[in-house]
Amino acid sequence: MDTNSNKYTLIYSVVMVFIVAVLLTLVALSLQPRQQQNIEIEKKRNILATLNIETNAKNAEELYEKFIVEEIAVNSLGQILENIDVFNIDMKAELRKDSKDQILPVFVAKTDDGNTQYIFAMSGKGLWGVIWGYVALKEDFTTIYGAYFDHASETPGLGAEIATKTYQNQFKDKVIFNENGDFVSIKVIKGGAGDNPSAVDAVSGGTITSNGLSDMLNTCLSAYLNFINENKNN
Amino acid sequence: MFSKKNLKLVTDPINKNNPITVQVLGICSALAVTVKLEPAIVMALSVTVVTGLSNFVISLLRNTIPKRIRIIVQLVVIATLVIIVDQFLKAYSFDVSKQLSVFVGLIITNCIVMGRLEAFAMANKPLPSLLDGIGNGLGYGAILVIVAFFRELFGSGTILDIKVIPQAFYEAGYMNNGFFILPPMALIIIGIIIWLQRGKYKELIED
Repeated sequence: MDTNSNKYTLIYSVVMVFIVAVLLTLVALSLQPRQQQNIEIEKKRNILATLNIETNAKNAEELYEKFIVEEIAVNSLGQILENIDVFNIDMKAELRKDSKDQILPVFVAKTDDGNTQYIFAMSGKGLWGVIWGYVALKEDFTTIYGAYFDHASETPGLGAEIATKTYQNQFKDKVIFNENGDFVSIKVIKGGAGDNPSAVDAVSGGTITSNGLSDMLNTCLSAYLNFINENKNN
Repeated sequence: MFSKKNLKLVTDPINKNNPITVQVLGICSALAVTVKLEPAIVMALSVTVVTGLSNFVISLLRNTIPKRIRIIVQLVVIATLVIIVDQFLKAYSFDVSKQLSVFVGLIITNCIVMGRLEAFAMANKPLPSLLDGIGNGLGYGAILVIVAFFRELFGSGTILDIKVIPQAFYEAGYMNNGFFILPPMALIIIGIIIWLQRGKYKELIED
């Protein structure tokens, strides 16, 4: 057979593409449930990380059931919304909407010391790609209990340091309101935060990532501000 | 199956015809995924699966492939295999697939894969092609593992995330070398390996 004729080349490519398409569809469909499960487990591990709970892929779901007592959805006015799949809210997509249309997730946790912590979702931009995380506030809705951040593609050794435990531990016990009760968020400051109760050190060599983190904290906590204020005054 | 000639197909690329140190292919990903040992091992296995199977498939098809779309057919086969590997990693080795991020997808553009298809699989029978692919994948992987071993040891003080440098060293003032975490150090280590290898096998030295 002439393997160089136009007809043969055309038929060959059509058949090849068809076979490949069927094959890839089968593989993708059969592995999808497992991949989806991995993504969920990852998210649960991230949320638990703000409570300083060590997890692995195996015990994450069990620990999540144990510590997270409630998942609530709030809007930008601080009202609680019913009948929403809170766990699967896409924070990045919500932040792109007008503030009045946003639906934001809050995870309520009961830690071993008997206290209740409120975990808020974060999403923002670093230098090369998205950054995201969770911040847990104590019952006073002012003091940070713990924080977790991760990134898609920040520079290893520089911006990527925001994903390390050492870096995240800085956030513990920082306050998001000043002594007059005004919202100040948490500033990420180059050259050291000193004893500023509402600031942490920036990553040296990771200025843009640090600024991105600062912006993310400000934007996301602001989005929750009405909810936070309402509960803080109670 | 394991005649001397076939065995040579597997062992040659690991040493005297190594794709990285002798053919100087696939350097880019060797710099990127060798910060830690575990991702390097997974990457090495992934590349070995892709080079082996793509060599095998292309060799089976070699007499039917229309000349004018030869490269396209090769790319389709490579891309399909890479996507399958990527999907499997996402399902069964999620943490590592997160660390490898885009580099699994970039196996498609790894010169070693395409180079072996053109140079070997298009002209040889399926079995030798499979072995040649596996050999080249392992040769690439061997360098990756060596580089990652040193980078993780000196850069993070761990091997496979297990602490190996005793705490007493740190207390005595020892510090992890941050330079090992950055890509240039991978290039320097590869350079040292090339130097050692050519010191041993004089015939590899070019004029």
